[in-house]
Amino acid sequence: MKKVLVLGATSAIAQATVRLLAARGASLYLVGRNAANLDSVAKDAATRGAAKVEQRAVDLNDFAAHEPLVDAAYAALGGLDGVVLAHGVLGDQAEAQKSWEATEVVLRTNFLSAVSLLTVLANRFEAQKAGTLVVISSVAGDRGRQSNYVYGASKGALNVFLQGLRNRLAKSNVAVVTVKPGFVDTPMTAHLPKNKLFASPDKVARGLLSAADGRKNEVYVPGIWALIMLIIRTIPEAMFKRMKL
Amino acid sequence: MKSLESWGRYPRVEQHTRPLVWRTDSLPRPDGTVLPHGLGRSYGDSCLNEGGTLLLTSGLDRLISFDAGTGVVRCEAGVTLDTLLRLAAPRGWFLPVTPGTKFVTVGGAIANDVHGKNHHRGGTFGRYVRRFELLRSDGSRRVCAPDENPDWYGATIGGLGLTGLVTWAEVQLKPISNPYVLQETVPFENLDGFLDVARASEADYEFTMAWVDCLAVGKNVGRGLLYRGNFAPPQFDGLPLKKSHLSHGSGLAVPMDMPAFCLNRLSVSAFNWLYYHRQNGKPKQRLTHYDPFFYPLDAIYGWNRIYGKRGFLQFQCVVPYSTARDALREILERSSRGGLPSFLSVLKTFGDIPSPGWMSFPRQGVTLAMDFANRGEKTWRLVEELDRLTREAGGAVYPAKDARMSPESFAAYFPRRAEFSGYIDPAFSSSFWRRVNPVTLPFSLESERGPTASQPQSLLAIR
Ligand SMILES: Cc1cc2nc3c(=O)[nH]c(=O)nc-3n(C[C@H](O)[C@H](O)[C@H](O)COP(=O)(O)OP(=O)(O)OC[C@H]3O[C@@H](n4cnc5c(N)ncnc54)[C@H](O)[C@@H]3O)c2cc1C
Repeated sequence: MKKVLVLGATSAIAQATVRLLAARGASLYLVGRNAANLDSVAKDAATRGAAKVEQRAVDLNDFAAHEPLVDAAYAALGGLDGVVLAHGVLGDQAEAQKSWEATEVVLRTNFLSAVSLLTVLANRFEAQKAGTLVVISSVAGDRGRQSNYVYGASKGALNVFLQGLRNRLAKSNVAVVTVKPGFVDTPMTAHLPKNKLFASPDKVARGLLSAADGRKNEVYVPGIWALIMLIIRTIPEAMFKRMKL
Repeated sequence: MKSLESWGRYPRVEQHTRPLVWRTDSLPRPDGTVLPHGLGRSYGDSCLNEGGTLLLTSGLDRLISFDAGTGVVRCEAGVTLDTLLRLAAPRGWFLPVTPGTKFVTVGGAIANDVHGKNHHRGGTFGRYVRRFELLRSDGSRRVCAPDENPDWYGATIGGLGLTGLVTWAEVQLKPISNPYVLQETVPFENLDGFLDVARASEADYEFTMAWVDCLAVGKNVGRGLLYRGNFAPPQFDGLPLKKSHLSHGSGLAVPMDMPAFCLNRLSVSAFNWLYYHRQNGKPKQRLTHYDPFFYPLDAIYGWNRIYGKRGFLQFQCVVPYSTARDALREILERSSRGGLPSFLSVLKTFGDIPSPGWMSFPRQGVTLAMDFANRGEKTWRLVEELDRLTREAGGAVYPAKDARMSPESFAAYFPRRAEFSGYIDPAFSSSFWRRVNPVTLPFSLESERGPTASQPQSLLAIR
């Protein structure tokens, strides 16, 4: 990935990824919601050696902005060969249970806006017969649990969408990489008590990039989550529904 | 509340933590006081805030700009010196002043106005801080520079994190031709020998520092090895990095090779004897990479753990030349007679280059740093003695390495303390500051402890 569009560039995992890409001398088009924070990330990337850094502050929940955004990224970098889709919200499960509005925010941000963006991007990459689409999903999409099934559903739906996209784009030499981090120590999880399973954004970013370099399909980062989720997925539903997870 | 300790592992105190993420965010306003916290490489309690909140600056780790032509770097305050070196060294720039570890933040280096092996040439870190932004709890932001808000600039450099949060800073780096240092090791037989060779080296060497065998007695008091060096000239440019440039060469590496159980008087003295004598009394020259030259201790991650759970007290003083000979002799003799081995003792000279920081520790004279395993009252009494000797010699003790100095000592060492107090942010405080200014204990802490709660463990308790 040499010319990369990063969506949700101010998220902790994206920032760590941007640093690694910058150190490799990539050209970057960074997109985030908060202009001041985005500017901090852009300056950091430029100082760390990115060949070029462009930025644009937009709210990705404005779907009408997606097509012009992708056009702008193509124009600014003179093409694109990589996308890191990292925007998302954790939401509040208790709130979501009480109100559809709260649920909708999670589904719009994590699933619908990703689908809208990937629709535009997949068509371009399919036409150019090259590129890597890296999407940050979550282990939470592997099985619905009472503690965060709204977030989990948004990621689970995303995973299925990506499977289909991968299947469609395989013949066009376009890689679709689903990255499933476990717990990551970020501002998004600052309120949660930490344990040994929490990984640093930098560790996740390294896993993400090596998966992108290897044009992998679905990866768990850190790898231990492949085992954990295998176990969680194997528990029979009759038993699972009575568990407190 | 979390139980946290600093690098010396003493004291261990309860406090809240709040991670900071963006330099444009406003300060969190928790109950009680706050204190910025870098990488906790201060040894005592100057980076702790018992009962209050630590503002963790490690998230403020973004670079803002670097001009490879002028060597000016601007970055957020949580950026580490390690990050700056990785950025700058390959492009021909180096830190103008660096402490003995690169795992400190720019904010921490400013707040303690750190010094390196080149004080006689370069002064302190603060001299190279061209400007920074200070965020106060009232929401105000000030850009501080020698000619812009100069009073805030002077109060914040060496200001122990109490004047507000430094969000970003701009530092002037200095040019190097390559990453190598030409180093020479010169043995000296006693304190007089050190003073002679150190002063003689200052003219020709940018970097000097001496390891001292603090268990030597009698006529050998103060014997050791002086390391002096300069960045290698251009003929070494492009030299491929060899393993030997990264090691300490001939056999015995710096003391870290000693496992924890070895840490007793006998082994330390045997080690020191060997370390001293491997030199055969002759100067020795070698080429090293900057990493082992400046940061020998960083090679062993978490070396502070060898002192065990009770931690250790570090003592670093500076005494003026006029009293140095007698005072240091007395200090070294007391510690060697005290039966408590200092694992690593370092002597250095400070030049007369003034710092812009009002509360900066370095001043002209000789500085000695020692670590003492915390063996309770015995250790405390010894270190208190050393403190008294320093006071009598007209010297000062370094707050960044202190967990026990008295309010009286602090007042004696930092004559601009009263003026400085006027610049402290009302929402900021530290365990150290309350200890050395006991009357200013904030109300919330007092009520939290209640009248029956015990005093924090400190020198006050054993006096
Ligand atoms: C192995 C080793 C060798 C050392 N050698 C030397 C040496 O040679 N010379 C020397 O001078 N020191 C030396 N030190 C001490 C060290 O350099 C200082 O204690 C340094 O200040 C630690 O920086 P830190 O980032 O870990 O900050 P902390 O220890 O976490 O904090 C130090 C102070 O900085 C304040 N602070 C931190 N960030 C900010 C901010 N953003 N805004 C305002 N205030 C802030 C804190 O409140 C605190 O008062 C050494 C330490 C070690 C462990």
